Amino acid sequence: MATSQEVFEKVQETLVDALGVDDDEVTPEATLIGDLGAESIDFLDIVFRLEKNFDIKIPRGELFPENLAGADSGFIEDGVVTEKGIAELRDRMPHADIDSFADDPKVENIQELFTVEMICKFLESKING
Amino acid sequence: MRWFWVDRFLEFESGSYAKTIKNVSLAEEHLHDHFPGFAVMPNSLIIEGLAQTGGILLGESTGFAHIVVLAKVPKMRFHSWACPGDTLTYTVTLIDARNEGGTIEATAYVGDRLVAEGEIMFAHADQMAADLPFDLSQKNVVFDVGLLDILEVGKAGDGTQRVQAGQPT
Repeated sequence: MATSQEVFEKVQETLVDALGVDDDEVTPEATLIGDLGAESIDFLDIVFRLEKNFDIKIPRGELFPENLAGADSGFIEDGVVTEKGIAELRDRMPHADIDSFADDPKVENIQELFTVEMICKFLESKING
Repeated sequence: MRWFWVDRFLEFESGSYAKTIKNVSLAEEHLHDHFPGFAVMPNSLIIEGLAQTGGILLGESTGFAHIVVLAKVPKMRFHSWACPGDTLTYTVTLIDARNEGGTIEATAYVGDRLVAEGEIMFAHADQMAADLPFDLSQKNVVFDVGLLDILEVGKAGDGTQRVQAGQPT
């Protein structure tokens, strides 16, 4: 059973390799896009590396759900995620901090759900069951 | 000029590794601007040659079922350079291949001098259309620009094929 610290250190190492950032930038609160400069293709790279480093399989869309804010998703109204959309986020991203997001559920804030801590929580539940 | 940044495959082992060469010639237009007074093979085009080698290696591993695009260069280090008259030897190893894409490790040498080393990641564009900014109706670059012909280039003086695609040498 991996401890939280072990998982974090491995995630940190993975993100340093994938994003070319310094290890002290990879804090639990850091957002992948805003703080660490990740772009869309980096998410694929991160999944590849996590699978290898943790020796697990991550089905597509499980860690980084796709099309969360699509125009035809029905979860967005006037640039804000609806109650139904928030419920959908809770369902698809149980490892993310949806409560904080729900305080200001603007579409552009969705990307802030993707934090280092979110990855760690996802992996811990995956590894430790 | 055509967008071929390798001249010939030397070795090709399906799904494993490939080795190509690129002969740098002073006749190449770009060398006269890069840099004025110091002609040197641009590092970006060394990456392109490594990516063409690796892209064909990855593409061939699935029978060219996917549209392989260079997605990202996670790391690349340049230790020296290649000048007109030099032969760059590109060796790429497939370290990860999956439905969404793949990754290679790559080196470029002139003789036994290391010029570049790093990693290149490819995506299968047809598997991730929603994320891509461009129109996927474009044809597979490998077939469209005849890139695959490189595998057929390289007949010896006696007409025998030097490398057969998909077969170890």
